[in-house]
Amino acid sequence: MRGFTGVFTRELLIIRKRFLKMLISFSVTPLLYLIAFGWGLGQRMTVEGVPYITFLIPGLIAMGSMTRSFAISSEINIARFYWHIFEEFQAAPVSDLAIAVGEVLGGILRGFFATAIICVFALFFHVRLHITGWFLLAVLGNAFTFSSLALITSMLVRSHADQSMLNNFVITPMAFLCGTVFSLKALPGWAHALIRWLPLSPATRAIRATALGHPIPWAAMATVFCFGIVFFTLGVFAIRGAKS
Amino acid sequence: MIKTFNLSKRYGKTTALENLTLHVKEGEFFGYLGPNGAGKTTTVRILTSLAKPSAGTATIGGFDIQKFPLAAKKLIGVVPQAINLDMELTGWENLLIHGLLYQMRRFEIREQAEKWGVFSGLASRLAKPVNTYSGGMKRRLTIARALLHNPSVLFMDEPTVGLDASGRRELWGLLKRINREGTTIFLTTHYIEEAEALCDRVGILDHGRLIALESPRALIASAGKVVVDVFEGESLTSHFFPDRVAAGTFAATVQGSATIRNANLEDVFVKLTGRRVES
Repeated sequence: MRGFTGVFTRELLIIRKRFLKMLISFSVTPLLYLIAFGWGLGQRMTVEGVPYITFLIPGLIAMGSMTRSFAISSEINIARFYWHIFEEFQAAPVSDLAIAVGEVLGGILRGFFATAIICVFALFFHVRLHITGWFLLAVLGNAFTFSSLALITSMLVRSHADQSMLNNFVITPMAFLCGTVFSLKALPGWAHALIRWLPLSPATRAIRATALGHPIPWAAMATVFCFGIVFFTLGVFAIRGAKS
Repeated sequence: MIKTFNLSKRYGKTTALENLTLHVKEGEFFGYLGPNGAGKTTTVRILTSLAKPSAGTATIGGFDIQKFPLAAKKLIGVVPQAINLDMELTGWENLLIHGLLYQMRRFEIREQAEKWGVFSGLASRLAKPVNTYSGGMKRRLTIARALLHNPSVLFMDEPTVGLDASGRRELWGLLKRINREGTTIFLTTHYIEEAEALCDRVGILDHGRLIALESPRALIASAGKVVVDVFEGESLTSHFFPDRVAAGTFAATVQGSATIRNANLEDVFVKLTGRRVES
């Protein structure tokens, strides 16, 4: 298992090299949301009993940590198909599990980086978040789940174009539909029933509840980690299967 | 050190490698020669656990690559055909990642990086990003990286492709030194002169089949030491002779133009397959 440090160290070094670029690119989307929906709408409406901007920020944390964690799929994809760096991992005496741990930790780190940026924005928009261990655990579950999903998809896709298609048809709809920017209670019953089973829905519930100091939704928290464990296990097998 | 028995690889209906049985001895500089698409890279990918064989077995240092892949991988270093360095990172950072993947301690990595950095002539460049390196420097860094954990066997898949003549010669010198230090080298190439200059033994591969296996000298002798190239119109035919006297006698009878020269591995390949290696 020790070999995971090689994979994770690479992620750390890449993040260090791209820190400023990542800081800027991770900031743009949440900032636009906060300006457009937070300032534009947030001060006049309430959703689920809180000002809209207070409702929105935890949703953006769920969305941001998901998209940034899942983005490792593109990184792995490029490492596999264009730079062949992934072959260096596969040729090393490192188990598939260790490769998976290293890559997923890299994804989790990116998810927390995105979360930290949004938490700083929350201060400027005068929204007080409860940054507790439970909140960090909820973010961890979300980042773990989507880093693991990214690992699976990056091993299964055959090209970078396939990866983009997957982002367009799976990740982007999920980012909008899973209660991140609006309350799922507003949806018709059948849509609500369907969407609540997507992995981001329980993650959003858990992040929002913990961030706003509400009672911890244990079922949602457990569901997030169940998704994470299942995806991670499948990810390890996907690495094994990626050998021709 | 490397043993294969009936190793085969099929991609759908295409057979990339067929019943390869081979034994590369410890400390040997082994050349694997063949045209593009002959199955050289497939063999290396299987032996380095990057691809699974369809049939057959292979061992590295006594470890079956399928049953004990991690133990086998610890013994090998890989220099792939495509340079797979992290271009954004420095030379040192690339070596650090490799060392950690091979579970080396940081002080060991630093010591080894200094040793192989000096050996490959890159010591003063290791702190610079790899995207500032020339093609030859990137190739030398890939080799230094593969040697960082002191492997017993070094697999090199067409390492001199893309290098100019002087870069290639410089690399040959480096490879000879690595081999002299005791590392077994498995080199794939389609450059005849490379195999002749470097290798103790050469295996010739064609359409996934090993068609000859001997020292370059023995292979050349088996084809005939002297060649008479006869040019008739636009066609060239080569005739093989055991010595210059026999070749001269034949050349005197030729109607068109003829040249007499020493045979090389290219001639062996032509004689065995009717085609040129670099065709």
